[in-house]
Amino acid sequence: MIQLGIITGYLVLLVALGIFSNRLFRGTSQDYMLASHSIGPVLLLMSLFGTTMTAFALVGSTGKAYQTGVGVYGLMASSSAVVHSLCFFLIGVPLWRLGRRYGYTTQIQFFRDRLESSHIGLLLFPILVGLIIPYLLIGVLSGGAVIQKVTVGAFQNVFADFDGGVPPWLGSLVICMIVLTYVFAGGMRGTAWANTFQTSVFIVLGVVTFLLIAGRIGGQDSLLASLQAATQAVQEHHPEMLTRTKFPPALFLSFMLIPLSAGMFPHLFQHWLTAKNADSFRLPIIMHPIFILLVWAPCVLVGVWATSATVDGELLIPEGTSPNAVLAMMVAKLCGPVLSGLLTAGILAAIMSSLDSQFLCVGTIFTRDIVEHYAGSDRFTDRQIVVIARGFVVAVVAFTYLLSLLEPRAVFDLGIWCFSGFSALVPLVVAAIYWKRLTAAGACASVIATAATWVWFFIQSDFAKNPQYSFFGMLPGVGMIGASSVAMTVVSLVTRAPSEKTLARFFPSRNG
Amino acid sequence: MNVRLGIWLLILLLVILHQDFWFRSDGRLVLGFLPVGFAYHIALTIAAAGTWWLATKLIWPADDDVISSSDAEGTES
Repeated sequence: MIQLGIITGYLVLLVALGIFSNRLFRGTSQDYMLASHSIGPVLLLMSLFGTTMTAFALVGSTGKAYQTGVGVYGLMASSSAVVHSLCFFLIGVPLWRLGRRYGYTTQIQFFRDRLESSHIGLLLFPILVGLIIPYLLIGVLSGGAVIQKVTVGAFQNVFADFDGGVPPWLGSLVICMIVLTYVFAGGMRGTAWANTFQTSVFIVLGVVTFLLIAGRIGGQDSLLASLQAATQAVQEHHPEMLTRTKFPPALFLSFMLIPLSAGMFPHLFQHWLTAKNADSFRLPIIMHPIFILLVWAPCVLVGVWATSATVDGELLIPEGTSPNAVLAMMVAKLCGPVLSGLLTAGILAAIMSSLDSQFLCVGTIFTRDIVEHYAGSDRFTDRQIVVIARGFVVAVVAFTYLLSLLEPRAVFDLGIWCFSGFSALVPLVVAAIYWKRLTAAGACASVIATAATWVWFFIQSDFAKNPQYSFFGMLPGVGMIGASSVAMTVVSLVTRAPSEKTLARFFPSRNG
Repeated sequence: MNVRLGIWLLILLLVILHQDFWFRSDGRLVLGFLPVGFAYHIALTIAAAGTWWLATKLIWPADDDVISSSDAEGTES
């Protein structure tokens, strides 16, 4: 009950933050969607990090480390440290510049303008929304799973079927409602503030969790001795977990492509556009790797310790436990109710700090790229546009929520499929920025190749039920990126180049 | 050597060093609790931050003339 009280208090605080930021809301759709381009370096760092680090980083990393060992850090974290900043540097800054110059709010506006084609938007819209839905699903599933695990025993009479915990369907529903409330109240400004607050919460509480868990598992007087004792238990029972032998080199190499997905996340694009100026990007580019280290390293170690940790001679995490539940169980079993509640709030913070941007983003791309584009920007008032955006968000969230009730899958494996799809679209955005010869037909070919290969691989993997499925020993994403790049290059080269006028707008130094 | 080329070579080096097959099956511990391959990737993460700091200092691509400072109203830190 104490945990539930703390979690409830935290969620109320978030709603209050959304309402507070609503006081700063300027009433325009530009402010609702881009915070009037007013975000400086610190808020940009926190909101970009909070957005990219999802349940995947906390719940997924712990669960995957529990299954496969410490190699998961190199697999996803240190690769992201290099590649995410690369995306901010090579894609984010140029897109910010073009976005400010030509007034873009969404990626599709940029592609339509750059490629002189309205059709590319129709093609991209369902793909982007379709790929965001599994991403949303990760957050919704994790939120419900976390709340259920930490409230076990609190409602023995009401929810006996769920060990007395809040059922995942109810926890997920509450999380969706809370995020919707503060996103609707505060728009992008509220989202940026909430992300900053939540990122601080989950980093600080994550480190505290780690130290506490280390102390409890190791049970020694000093921290270092406890850390050593916790790892030694793994060395005795599961030494393979301290190596990377579960990831063949080719597979490990192919995972380097997954963080590329950040270059095409529509919600990240929207966050980039909130920056006050290009200099605001410097701090996120430098500090993003350090923040990744602070979040991932503790989670991976906790996941590995969970394989061998015992309390009173009994295994702390019983064999066969769902990987999604490992972190929440460790927290619930090793920390007192107050800390457990606080730490759960930290986990929920990580989950919600991604969901909010994604919610806002799907509403934005629907209104800007479909409603305004086809109905005309004068057809609706600014207020009506905000209402339409919110309506579409509710529809997408409701759909995602219903999906979450059908079949929960491992967060990590679900994430890989979603990220692979976005990664396969990255050659397109890179070419749009740096390659003058890219044509609308080439771009369409790239998007179609991405969609076709994604669906093909997804079916071949038994709809993601087979996590061992690979493409020549590598992630299927490699095949998707290859197909997307080849289709784009070949079709662009055999079709008519963009007009000189367009090239002069997008490559001014080389044409003007 | 061209500074821009040097920075991009450093970033390429990070990508190559990331494929640390030499520690792949090495279970030795650093400080008695960190597996050596894991410690190596932590160091690589810090090196990435350092490299990006250099990149933003030496080859920053953006010009800020797109929007004048007077245009940016109500900046939030």
